[in-house]
Amino acid sequence: MSTKTLIGAAYLASAVTAALATGAAAAPLSEAEVKAAMDAGMEKCYGVALAGQNDCAAGPGTTCQGTSTVDYQGNAWKFVAGGTCETMELPGDRMGSPEALDRDIPS
Amino acid sequence: MVEPVISMAKKARSRLAYAAAFTPPLLDPEAREPELIAGPNGKAAKKRYNVYRNNVTVSLVNALADTFPATQRIVGEEFFRAMARIHVRQSPPVSPLLFEYGRGFADFIEGFEHARTLPYLADVARIERAWLDAYHAADAAPLKPDALASIPPERLGQAAFTAHPAARIVRSRFPAVTIFALNRQEGAVGRLETAEPEDGLVTRPRLDVFVRRLPPGGAVFLERLIAGKPLGEAVAAALEDNARFDPAANIAGMLEAGVFTAVAVSEGGRR
Amino acid sequence: MAGMPIVNRVEAARFPAFPVGGAAGASLKPEHLAAIHADPAPVGFFEIHAENYMGAGGPPHAALAAIRERWPVSLHGVCMSIGGPQPLDKGHLKRFKSLVDCYEPALVSEHLAWSTHETTYFNDLLPLPYTQATLDRVAEHIEEMQEAIGRPILLENPSTYVIFKESTLAETEFLRALVRRTGCGLLLDVNNVFVSATNHGYSALEYLADFPLEHVGEIHLAGHAEQEDDEGALLLIDSHDGPVADAVWKLYGIVIGRRGVVPTLIEWDSDIPEWPVLKAEAAAAQVILDRHAVSQMRSMAHG
Repeated sequence: MSTKTLIGAAYLASAVTAALATGAAAAPLSEAEVKAAMDAGMEKCYGVALAGQNDCAAGPGTTCQGTSTVDYQGNAWKFVAGGTCETMELPGDRMGSPEALDRDIPS
Repeated sequence: MVEPVISMAKKARSRLAYAAAFTPPLLDPEAREPELIAGPNGKAAKKRYNVYRNNVTVSLVNALADTFPATQRIVGEEFFRAMARIHVRQSPPVSPLLFEYGRGFADFIEGFEHARTLPYLADVARIERAWLDAYHAADAAPLKPDALASIPPERLGQAAFTAHPAARIVRSRFPAVTIFALNRQEGAVGRLETAEPEDGLVTRPRLDVFVRRLPPGGAVFLERLIAGKPLGEAVAAALEDNARFDPAANIAGMLEAGVFTAVAVSEGGRR
Repeated sequence: MAGMPIVNRVEAARFPAFPVGGAAGASLKPEHLAAIHADPAPVGFFEIHAENYMGAGGPPHAALAAIRERWPVSLHGVCMSIGGPQPLDKGHLKRFKSLVDCYEPALVSEHLAWSTHETTYFNDLLPLPYTQATLDRVAEHIEEMQEAIGRPILLENPSTYVIFKESTLAETEFLRALVRRTGCGLLLDVNNVFVSATNHGYSALEYLADFPLEHVGEIHLAGHAEQEDDEGALLLIDSHDGPVADAVWKLYGIVIGRRGVVPTLIEWDSDIPEWPVLKAEAAAAQVILDRHAVSQMRSMAHG
């Protein structure tokens, strides 16, 4: 990668100085960060700590689930997404557009 | 006397062939139960075998539900479990550690035709997977600001950082961080008011996992630094990515979030 | 203690060496951590599933270290796949060993079952035929694990729902032979005995009469669920989602009467109740253990 932008030492030094001045005092990444309260805290309590636990119990009363074939074929799919996505229609049309499907994942 | 040796080996193998015979129907609901099992006194063992078939499928679907709670909340439990069941059957775990499972789930969701109307869903799943990675990552003390302060100003451009084992970046063309956060908190999820792309930063400086939305250029900046590139190069790349990139705010942010554990000036490196 | 041999340990122990002898314990569940630490007298020991602590760091290790500071811990592996035909996973053995080294557990156990075939992990305790060939293979696996971790393990009898037509040995014979060949001990899961006996139509008491009780180093108790097989007969599922059944308590009393006190664990893995409910189950086991310990001492005093 050729870097066109040249970063001067003085520019970097002033950025680091400014960062350290605001820095250690728990500066959020941006104003929007604070507003959105994106810091964990709130998701900590959700019980995700229980994710991915190995145990040695068998699941009772669920025999049908393991053997159901109805939902196995794509054309027999009968499930409609019914969670919070219903209230999360994003403004604009971009969410449903086919264009959005072939997004390139930035590396 | 070659033949008897071969047949003996074959016999020994067949006596240990139970796993190869027992497993295929576990993840294939169309397949018949294996021949080599029975109930007591030769009774049929269809329902009995289904106990295992069921334990495998349901416990792995549960594992995905536990690891991807926001993803499940977005599509609802019924949709999620049906989707997860397909993934479990296509891509069962390759590690016995369940907290390692689900690394292919986001890519699966991205290609899943019935989730096509929710193109942000895969990125939310990527954040959730990164969350669990950060949770189990090795402990390390985050970089102290003094370490950066002690580097001579003229050498800052060559400063290279060591990434914290928990640090992860998830880039998205959608407001994936906001959607993730809304669906991980316990309150109601209201209307979403942004369609702006968001890049997420996941860190665990001590015991708590934090998920943040990165400011413009922040993802490129941190990706370069995590890859070991020097500060000058990372700042340049971030500015090229987005002219609104603010170096001071991003350096302050990365220190506070605990993205790195160490910094050193590369000797005789690039200028 | 005069007359006791002094064991020289090269490294100082990281954690206190708590006795686990006649104690009743409970599964350690993250949901209960706060309640346990707030409880002045919770239970005698805690058992963990080894795999849940095989990450590199983070809250699981912090939580376990805090528990291990105060109580004995039993390390229970659920996916070594000892009962499978293929070689043990060397990476998993290594992870297991580092847990043993790090937390110095009072008890270490695994299952007579398997869960990985080729590269797929099925996340269930799958059954195996009991034959000379599987006995040889399982014995090799136990020896390999014991060598890797530097101490004997306790092997747990499974809950099963099917039998293999090719089996030629009884489960108790199979376990007895493994003990003789590998020097391992046994973890007697009394609920598993009851579940398997019901499912396969044999007597749990006869099974226990054949069981080498003298090699039992730990007992498991748990709740089970009821279903039906193809012919409508009762099929019990080892669900660990409720209190221990009365019939299982009865069998447990008989086992303790014959074997004497053994560390006993209440397992509870799904529909996990509030801490006091799980604690009460462990307390019920403790009552049986204590009652027997007293009568043992009396008979020793009179003998």
